[in-house]
Amino acid sequence: MCEEGALGPDVIERLIGAAPGSPVAEAVAARANLMQASQANYAAVLTPKDPGGLPQPLRFALAARIARLGGDAELAAHYAAGGALPKADARLTAILRHVDLIATSPREATRADIAALTAAGVSPDDIVRLSQVIAFVSYQLRLIAGLRLMGATA
Amino acid sequence: MSDVVHDFTADPLAWRPYLTPVVLDEATPAQREALKETPSNAKISDYVLVLAHDPESLGQRTPLFNGIMYGRGGLGRAERELGATAASVVNRCVYCVSVHAGRYITLAKQPEVIAAVFEGAEATLGPRDRAIVHYSTRLAQNPPQATEDDVRALRAEGLTDLEILDLTLSVAVFGWANRLMHPLGEAIRPQEA
Repeated sequence: MCEEGALGPDVIERLIGAAPGSPVAEAVAARANLMQASQANYAAVLTPKDPGGLPQPLRFALAARIARLGGDAELAAHYAAGGALPKADARLTAILRHVDLIATSPREATRADIAALTAAGVSPDDIVRLSQVIAFVSYQLRLIAGLRLMGATA
Repeated sequence: MSDVVHDFTADPLAWRPYLTPVVLDEATPAQREALKETPSNAKISDYVLVLAHDPESLGQRTPLFNGIMYGRGGLGRAERELGATAASVVNRCVYCVSVHAGRYITLAKQPEVIAAVFEGAEATLGPRDRAIVHYSTRLAQNPPQATEDDVRALRAEGLTDLEILDLTLSVAVFGWANRLMHPLGEAIRPQEA
């Protein structure tokens, strides 16, 4: 399940909808190392060996939210299938607020937003883990968007 | 604080984190391993030491980032930096902008292109730069606003599929980097030596 919706070769082929040997497919093949590295980052951020204070179902639920905010319903559905939010509390509320802000309007972020996470009990390690989830999915959905456009204009 | 920089510049800036960086002497084995992926000949930056709070992602991120920005063939390095700069302007990562606008100017020797990006004056650019900046700016927005016509404009300017993919990767990876560097710290004027 975790391979689907990530950036494995099958998924990329389907996104670009291009025949093997086409210029788009050849370009992706020429960057196979970067696609593999993207997959490795997916694993490190969404299914880490040490999730710390951000369990995998929470990461997937946040990723689904980021994908939805980024306008990618297909990616959101992939993540939603593996996602679950814990019981609502002040920490979760602060996490969700931060996800929404950084996914949609990173330019508005200030020192106070990190202070708000700390005040809600999010540790420095978990603040960085959370930042990586937001940042990686933002990368992933832009790469997917570009690949779709390349495939559609081939 | 008075040394914080809010306006875009291609001059060198420094970066001050909001979180305490990992202290090397107190780093866990996993943190030490992840920090090996960074250049050993330079002092490890506060940025990397902040990211070391999550060593698993740091260890994977560095090779991907370097591959996207410095990998062989495809789009030239200057135009990758242009895509990175346009994305960083959208996301208002003033520090990221200073680094990558500076690199673009060093490589391309065209400070007027960067001035146009800072001012949002796409129309004053030549057609290839305009197509690159337009696509990059729109892909960086949330949700991404780039369209099929934007990609057709890149093709019309002679960009190959590989070059368009490289530009897409540059913009996308700055959608990532900007969401770390700007929310986790602020650009400041470099301290006097």
